[in-house]
Amino acid sequence: MAASSKPKQNKKNNKKSQDDRYEIRLSGSGGQGLILAGVILAEAIGVGDGKNVVQTQSYGPEARGGASRADLVISDGEIYYPKSMKLDLLLALTQEACDTYYPDMKERGLLVVDSNMVTQIPTKNYYGFPFSRLAREEIGHVMVANVIAMGAIAELTGIVSMASIKEAVLSRAPKGTEEKNSRALELGAKVARAAKK
Amino acid sequence: MAQSKNSVRRLVQGNEASMLGALYAGCNFFAGYPITPSTEIAEGMARMLPKKGGRFIQMEDEIGSMGAIIGASAAGAKTMTATSGPGFSLMQENIGYAYITEVPCVVVNVQRGGPSTGLPTKIGQQDTMQARWGTHGDYTAISVAPASVRECFEQTVKAFNFSERFRTPVTVLSDEVLGHMREVITLPEEGEIEIINREKPDVPAEWYHHFEATPNLVSPMAGFGEGYRFHMTGLVHDPEGFPTADTNEIRKKLSKLRNKIVRFSDELVQLETTMMDDANIAVVAYGTAARAAQQAVLMARDKRIRAGLIRPITIWPFADDQIRALLKGIKTVLVVELNMGQIVHEVDRLAHRHCKVESLNRFDGEVLDPVEIFKRILEVK
Repeated sequence: MAASSKPKQNKKNNKKSQDDRYEIRLSGSGGQGLILAGVILAEAIGVGDGKNVVQTQSYGPEARGGASRADLVISDGEIYYPKSMKLDLLLALTQEACDTYYPDMKERGLLVVDSNMVTQIPTKNYYGFPFSRLAREEIGHVMVANVIAMGAIAELTGIVSMASIKEAVLSRAPKGTEEKNSRALELGAKVARAAKK
Repeated sequence: MAQSKNSVRRLVQGNEASMLGALYAGCNFFAGYPITPSTEIAEGMARMLPKKGGRFIQMEDEIGSMGAIIGASAAGAKTMTATSGPGFSLMQENIGYAYITEVPCVVVNVQRGGPSTGLPTKIGQQDTMQARWGTHGDYTAISVAPASVRECFEQTVKAFNFSERFRTPVTVLSDEVLGHMREVITLPEEGEIEIINREKPDVPAEWYHHFEATPNLVSPMAGFGEGYRFHMTGLVHDPEGFPTADTNEIRKKLSKLRNKIVRFSDELVQLETTMMDDANIAVVAYGTAARAAQQAVLMARDKRIRAGLIRPITIWPFADDQIRALLKGIKTVLVVELNMGQIVHEVDRLAHRHCKVESLNRFDGEVLDPVEIFKRILEVK
């Protein structure tokens, strides 16, 4: 074994401290599939698009309910601090999540909310989509609200390529739900495209 | 050419990486009792070990889990368990048994906030001293603390290597954030990291002593059922393994437990430094806290403050000589931990009036923010 008592010098250290970090938080309540959405998004960005990404999560001891969130830090360079510092993008699926995490955003960060669930919005600079209602009425399954949200995020930010997010969603989708998940993703992108205009 | 499936970039969770590292090291027996935030390790083992001809047992509790991995290791297996603070406490009695009977095994402690049931889903680094002094009596412990998903893999392999090389239990001090964090890594190929296995006896069975004194103080180890006769007991024992009250034998046994590690600590020390060459303020941090500290050191450098980071990867034995040397010429050393101050006492002992020792502690279940550390650097510099 090449174990040595000589301290190993970390060579990757001539970087600026916070350059090119892009930070995302997906938040809502337990059971909405936000941590899974975080994992899928990280896989699409890290494996599909080849960027550096760290995904962390925070949740309470409850199986359902309680605040739940997944954080992603994305960078072309080395990522040291794995949690987010100032959010570039906040997705809030509940009013409580929006209230709790809005102060963690950068001044010019992007807020995306479920417009049916979040009615008191602390800024004018935001996008609202009825993710849960779209999931229920257009796709026929409330569980895909998180996938619709990912489609919208991909379209709004370009932080992940459509091809990678689709591949990542489908690789994790239970058998028989591929079609629903694809449609959900495309629906998210579609409503986001329309909102951007 | 067909690409080997390992060389693919994969998004891997810290706990999954610990599990994969154990399999890479040749772990073929896992006994455990699930506990947040370590459960993914047991889940992974339950899935993978049977496929590889190994054994997974969910035991009735943690002390049973520890007993099972000691027994299986004594029978020749490479064994591991995974737990968190509350379970680590329950394991202590049998961990002591593993020290005195010199049985190699690995305990992964994915730390959460304590004491007691504490904060099941929140991070802590409050078991650092427990890994050193958790069970009663005199012994010397080995612990490693990874700080990335890749290190969760590598340091679990190292933990197995250390435990086999030194015939002793080894603790991996992971934590909730690290265990649940996902990063993209490329898994090492077979043969890329050296695997060390325990030395087996090469003497005829009738000459074999299970605890024989050897030049490096580690006795070759036969497994139960391999044709060698030996006795194992938690009582202080002679080289054959039988209880003794002979003061000479007692002294020899206890010195062996200590010296087999202390005299060879150069083989164990792993330390990473960042920008220490011209530093006049050093930050000492390990595990997840070191990730925040590294960011803070870079922020300080942006402001032309000569900060550097010392990150012990091997926590026990503590890197006395190396850190003492690094602290030469340092004005202030800031020790950053997710507890009320544990390693700071080790650093204080080494700094010994040569430099000012300050600490920054957080123990509310959250990771220190780099900005908090940066501000503290400004205060103490």
